[in-house]
Amino acid sequence: MSTHNAFEYVTVMIGEQMFGVPVHEIREVFSPQGVTAVPRAPEEVAGLLNLRGRIVTAIDARQVMGLPPREDAAACMALGVERGSELYGVLVDRVGEVMRLDETTLEPVPGHLDNRWRGLLRGVHRLDGRLLAVMDIFRLVAAQPSLAA
Amino acid sequence: MDELIGEFVGETAESLDTIDTELVKFEADPTDRATLDNIFRLMHTIKGTCGFLGLGRLEALAHAGETLLGKFRDGDMVADSAAVTLVLQSVDRTKLILNGLEACGVEPEGDDSDLIARLEAMAMGEAVEAAPEPEPEPEPEPEPAAEGGGEMGFDHDLGRALRPGEVSLADLEAAFMAAEGPGEADEPAELDEDEEAEAAVPVAAAPAAKAAAAPSEDADAAPASRAPTSIRVSVDVLENLMTTVSELVLARNQLHQIVRETSDSALKTPLQRLSSVTAELQDGVMKTRMQPVGDAWRKLPRIVRDVQQDLGKKIRLVMEGEDTELDRQVLELIKDPLTHMVRNSADHGVEMPDVRAERGKPETGTVKLSAYHEGGAIIIRISDDGAGLDPAKIGAKAIEKGLATQDDLSAMGEQQMLRFIFAPGFSTAAKVTNLSGRGVGMDVVRTNIEQIGGSIDLSSEVGKGTVFTIKIPLTLAIVSALIVKAGEQRFAVPQLSVRELVRVGEGSDHAVETLNGAEMIRLRERLLPVVSMRRVLRAADEGEMQGYVVVLEAAGRKIGLVVDDVLDTEEIVVKPLSAQLRAIPVYSGATILGDGAVIMILDPNGVASEIAHTEEESASSEAAADARAADPNRQRLLLVRAGGTEPKAVPVALITRLEEFNVADIERVDGRNVVQYRGRLLSIAHAGGDFPAEGRIPVLVFTEDDRSAGVAVDAILDVVEESVELQLGSDRPGIVGSAILQGRATEMLDMGWYMERAWMGGAPRRAAASRKAVLLVEADAFARRMMAPLLAAAGYDVTVAADLREARDAAEMGAEYDAVVGDPAALAELNAAGCWPGVPRLAISEDEGAGAAFAGLAGVTRPGDRGGLIAALDRASQARAA
Repeated sequence: MSTHNAFEYVTVMIGEQMFGVPVHEIREVFSPQGVTAVPRAPEEVAGLLNLRGRIVTAIDARQVMGLPPREDAAACMALGVERGSELYGVLVDRVGEVMRLDETTLEPVPGHLDNRWRGLLRGVHRLDGRLLAVMDIFRLVAAQPSLAA
Repeated sequence: MDELIGEFVGETAESLDTIDTELVKFEADPTDRATLDNIFRLMHTIKGTCGFLGLGRLEALAHAGETLLGKFRDGDMVADSAAVTLVLQSVDRTKLILNGLEACGVEPEGDDSDLIARLEAMAMGEAVEAAPEPEPEPEPEPEPAAEGGGEMGFDHDLGRALRPGEVSLADLEAAFMAAEGPGEADEPAELDEDEEAEAAVPVAAAPAAKAAAAPSEDADAAPASRAPTSIRVSVDVLENLMTTVSELVLARNQLHQIVRETSDSALKTPLQRLSSVTAELQDGVMKTRMQPVGDAWRKLPRIVRDVQQDLGKKIRLVMEGEDTELDRQVLELIKDPLTHMVRNSADHGVEMPDVRAERGKPETGTVKLSAYHEGGAIIIRISDDGAGLDPAKIGAKAIEKGLATQDDLSAMGEQQMLRFIFAPGFSTAAKVTNLSGRGVGMDVVRTNIEQIGGSIDLSSEVGKGTVFTIKIPLTLAIVSALIVKAGEQRFAVPQLSVRELVRVGEGSDHAVETLNGAEMIRLRERLLPVVSMRRVLRAADEGEMQGYVVVLEAAGRKIGLVVDDVLDTEEIVVKPLSAQLRAIPVYSGATILGDGAVIMILDPNGVASEIAHTEEESASSEAAADARAADPNRQRLLLVRAGGTEPKAVPVALITRLEEFNVADIERVDGRNVVQYRGRLLSIAHAGGDFPAEGRIPVLVFTEDDRSAGVAVDAILDVVEESVELQLGSDRPGIVGSAILQGRATEMLDMGWYMERAWMGGAPRRAAASRKAVLLVEADAFARRMMAPLLAAAGYDVTVAADLREARDAAEMGAEYDAVVGDPAALAELNAAGCWPGVPRLAISEDEGAGAAFAGLAGVTRPGDRGGLIAALDRASQARAA
């Protein structure tokens, strides 16, 4: 046990980038099935789906982050997040292992990052040979006023 | 705030509302002992509780009020208007103090000695100045409309203000946690836990018992105390129950879907049982959410009284159908609009007594509020016999406010001009009085009602009065919806807004036509603006305008929505949308279908508001509404094909619902044709033909006394609206007669006869020996022919007399009847002529029993209230038999 505080992250891949989401912020990980597209919805809303009788709003992380659409639209996973009484599913490319990282490796978000990204990240962990960006998943599912208009 | 005080505030506010209402009742009839006792008791309870809680200011006030009431009760004094006004003033002051108490947790500073002195002086029999000045108070008198919310307070567990009747979670917990009484030390004593819990019981039990007793006493003021038959349940518990049942309904629908796709018949029987149990459970839970609409009307007598006092008007408030129940969530949302509208009618509608006398009207004006069920909706009607709305004035005002131009107006019908009062930023009050003009206009009323999927309309005649008609859904959580298809996607359209379906495109009589880019169809010699669903959804491919036009009535006008296909009707559970989607105006929610798919629910008002206003259509449809109002014989008739090629007609008003069933689903049980419908069995008879071997068949569903029957037809052709002159004389059973519709002789189907056929052998029918004989005296042929079969279906032997002469002839011939039914005037004449003395007479009339013609009647039923008439007949004939 380290003397420092540690964080537990679920790691996800979006494009080539690895992100971490604090484990306790995620209700469950599921494979999104039968997503109903909603005409006229903001572009980050992939649609609605039925998760055991509850309606889940699917948010495409790629759209929110301004990345190109997934090549294989069907192959994606969803992170279930509860915000207030609303249930969201954040669509990502892949879900990886759970990582336990020491807080000493956490750096603040680099200042020269794209504005959109800066608002969605809480910090960056330095790993061996790669970076893990800590995603603020609640910020990601919050309605985007600029896009909703 | 101390939790006990919080509870006290909520409960006392409720009592004060009751006192308000009861005082007005008492003022009208000072000899009404039961009412006075109830007021006295409530006042006494308030005083006692204040004393217990150490609220000196409130206690002193309540004490003075109680003393004065005691004098009335003991017969030492007769209550006059001045005395009642004084008591009402003390009630108002009490409310003010309560508001302060709620805000700060302590009684606000203030001096009530002026009011108390006057109350005491009055009690001592001294003269009190007639109209005392209103006391200067630090805060303005709160608006009655706002009180409901204000009194209840904000609940942080719920994240919203409490609704009346709700108990906050914190309050509930407090009732259990309140181990110490008020004033005692807060720090937990070093007690054994068990001991502490025991100590909690008596203190906690007291307010709880009080809470349980109060509403039952309120509701039932007159009789002496009795065991409470109702209990208070937290609204959260009910909401949770509702959600759970909704999930169950979904699961059941899904199961149905699966069983339909497999051929495993072993599942069918248990599923049918599950289905009916679910339906019953759903009914039961819905009932727990139901509240009588009268609960929203409790403040109205007081408001109308205040208008009378303040403006010197004479107004009678008539309330009808207070027992009509609707979902409490809906009730909450319409409470303020209703209050506002009644205040408007009293304030602006009814004229001053001298003006009324000049116009040859009775000095006392009437504001009438009525509520009743119609189809799957509740209709609330607010009418007054006041000055009416002047379309010219409203038009002028609309121009002044920049809402319309002179050109716009010249293209409009009168009724359409009247609708400007619903436009934002419009207020008809020439001068803002103290009562209305509080910044809440009719536009807010309209918005509130439309938010819950309802609609509001008005009609008015200068000098005669104004009628507002509000139509609202029974419940918000589960609604009946039409499932339509646009492209590859399905959408739900709430049935309440759907007026009819019309086929368009190839192979149908209707086609979409274009005028300068605006699309429309011809519907019954009129143009109806249409828009394709694909365009509403901003689909890249707008497709062709063919399929079905769903005619929607929303935001006060009709529009057609062109969809590719209409699939089904389904009871859907409305789920709210997430923040990202709420801003899209064309959706009101989402739902999960039986096959598990999520689909969007369209908001007809949102769709309507997106389509540019088409003046011509609205004007002409409003003009049609005018004509309809003017001509009582005008009927909406459904044209169907049922045996033969000639169309046959059925009055739309009699039909509860139109459905389509798969012939394969219709089973023969015990000589009847039945189909599973909403978890129950529906009996079906075919009107003039045989069931086809396969395919789908349209069925008209009728409901009578909670029983439904279906009448199958070959095809549904059209809906027409015409003035009907019914030509009688058909020997064929099942045909009432014929009428000229659209220039063709059309046979009118006798639905009562088919309903009886559908039920035959099913429901227990009255044994022949106990069949009662009824004489129906009715001058209107149409009503006579529609009513007689219904009475017959209910087990009465009906004899029909077209006029008084026929009735008197029957009397002379020595015919005997168990009851006589007809219009009040005819019944009065028969009575005067000495026909059938002692036989119960039941009147059918729009007026509620007033005047000599109504004397001695066994009952009065509204025209069209078939269930009510049959119930009244049953009562009357049973009373006679006993």
